[in-house]
Amino acid sequence: MTLFDKFLRIRELGIFSIIVVFVVVASIIDPRFMTIDSWRAVFLAIPLILVMAMGQMMVIICRHVDISIGSILAFSAIVIGLLYIQFPGLSLWLSLIITAFVGLVMGLINGFIVTRFNVHSIIVTLGTLSLYRGLVFIVSGGRQIDRNDIPEHVVSFSQTSFFFSIPGILIFSAIIVIITHLVMRHSVLGREIYATGSNPVAAHLKGINVTKVTLFCFGVCGMLAGVAGLFYASRFGYVNPGVTGVGIEFIVIAGVIIGGTSITGGSGSVLGTFLGILLLGIINVALPVLNIPGEFQKAIYGLIIVVALSLDQLIIYRMKKLSGGINA
Amino acid sequence: MLKKFSIYLSENPTLRYWIVRPEWVAVILLIISIISSIQLSPFFADLAFIMDSATPYVEYGLIAIILTLIIISGEIDLSIASMIALTAVIFGTAYNAGIGMPLSMIIALLSGTLCGLFNGILVTQLKIPSIILTIGTLTLYRGIAQSLASDFSLGGYPSWFIGIDYRYVGIIPIPVIIFTVFAIVVGFFLSSTIYGKQLYLIGTNPQTAKYSGIKVDRIKLLLFTLSGLVCGIAGILTTSRLAVARFNMATGAELEIVLMVMLGGTYIFGGRGNIFGTFVAFWIVVILRAGLNVARIKIESQLTILGAMLIIAIILTNYIYSKSQK
Repeated sequence: MTLFDKFLRIRELGIFSIIVVFVVVASIIDPRFMTIDSWRAVFLAIPLILVMAMGQMMVIICRHVDISIGSILAFSAIVIGLLYIQFPGLSLWLSLIITAFVGLVMGLINGFIVTRFNVHSIIVTLGTLSLYRGLVFIVSGGRQIDRNDIPEHVVSFSQTSFFFSIPGILIFSAIIVIITHLVMRHSVLGREIYATGSNPVAAHLKGINVTKVTLFCFGVCGMLAGVAGLFYASRFGYVNPGVTGVGIEFIVIAGVIIGGTSITGGSGSVLGTFLGILLLGIINVALPVLNIPGEFQKAIYGLIIVVALSLDQLIIYRMKKLSGGINA
Repeated sequence: MLKKFSIYLSENPTLRYWIVRPEWVAVILLIISIISSIQLSPFFADLAFIMDSATPYVEYGLIAIILTLIIISGEIDLSIASMIALTAVIFGTAYNAGIGMPLSMIIALLSGTLCGLFNGILVTQLKIPSIILTIGTLTLYRGIAQSLASDFSLGGYPSWFIGIDYRYVGIIPIPVIIFTVFAIVVGFFLSSTIYGKQLYLIGTNPQTAKYSGIKVDRIKLLLFTLSGLVCGIAGILTTSRLAVARFNMATGAELEIVLMVMLGGTYIFGGRGNIFGTFVAFWIVVILRAGLNVARIKIESQLTILGAMLIIAIILTNYIYSKSQK
């Protein structure tokens, strides 16, 4: 095994060095990039994506993909927005529980269809993507939730908090990231998710309830997308049925994949996913600083996904060759 | 009666093969949707109206036919909608750059072909699963279209180019004729040529296909390229119909295209399906959309019904195949 192969094994190191290079280059081109303001922008941009990415990472590790999360986000955001119109005094904890529950139900529906009928998850969630988006329009009647419909204590959740006035969503997403890390690395369930992803048949033979594990992943993914709906309402102060969460699933998937999570399942880490999302957040903030028009953002994200997929596949190929898996 | 019939069927496997087929679900659904639409509004029973409402979906239908071939061979292409937008935007940019209509069309078709080729190379050479790769290229192609066109509508085409959906032969619009001819040609290709049979074998068992001397990778590459080319044609057709090209055209069209293929009884895991089913499913989508519009259900709310239909179609097809053709 050469040094290069050893380097490839620590996937987080690769993405970390890309981030460092990117930040250094960006701040040489324009010193404004290294100011507090732009880093504040980075860390305000990522919590929403980060929370969704934690769920998506679990789903991808167990060999599935959920592309309906954007619509789940929109649905829970609309539901909580409509509730705020009725009950402006709804407390933050209660809204968290409500959005988490809404998301959980929708995620479990995805998981149920995938596990019960054994269809590829992307096709199923392509269907539920539209289904949930249609529900958003039906529930809201096509009406937007405005800034003055959302109570003050919810908006301030994304701006400040009791803890050194760090935004509440940042603290909350950090807690979710840490919990996900503990679950994935240090619990039986987490190890079962990895086992299911790397070889479902072997996992089944070993006595792991594959259906239950898959359902759990989809449920958590939906639940976190639902929580992200509350973050969205808090962060942006409006919820539009036609705009909210459209295409966000591709950003999340991009972040998870460039974080080193293999789409063939069974590998990936919370740290890698965090770094992947961080890179996307930095790119998001760096584009205007570097005078690159915002229209290029989507193309850059797309390019990142394709490049990351290709690299991932090359790494897998190399690994297999090393272990003698490929004899061609 | 039903029990007797099912026993009779189990004694005659050939007959069962022909009767228990997912395509008949599509046909039955088509009849149900026609009847219920006529119940909604008597004006619906007008062939010219149905033909007219079919034209916007012809672009999707053309791609659905190629996608049927791709899914039969065990792969999938979800970047189709983005390729429509990208080729349309490239066509608009090229024409507005003043290089003339024929050259712009060639450039658009060429760019579509290249996009498809790119998908195909990554799938066949790097062995990236097509379902996840085309999710990536979906974002990439749409992003390139957005970078090229920004938020502008690229228009200013000559009048002979605009409005292909208003050119008729009798009461049939030209796009519908294009679609029908294309469906017949591809259907013939799939059912009656050796290459069609090879597609089924590739989808059923790629390993066996490889050992039987079929050039699996080359055929898959060709299919993806073809998909790009047809998306180019669809992009030009859409531009002609709308008279402008925008980066966000055909957003979410993957749903309807995949729905057409799935409703037509093509097996999601490959190896089964045919063009006739997709052709019938095209008309189901057309009539469903037209019927929902006549019933004044909002376009956005229609998404719920389409999404639910996609899931039901997959479940039903899987169920029927598991019963009839083990």
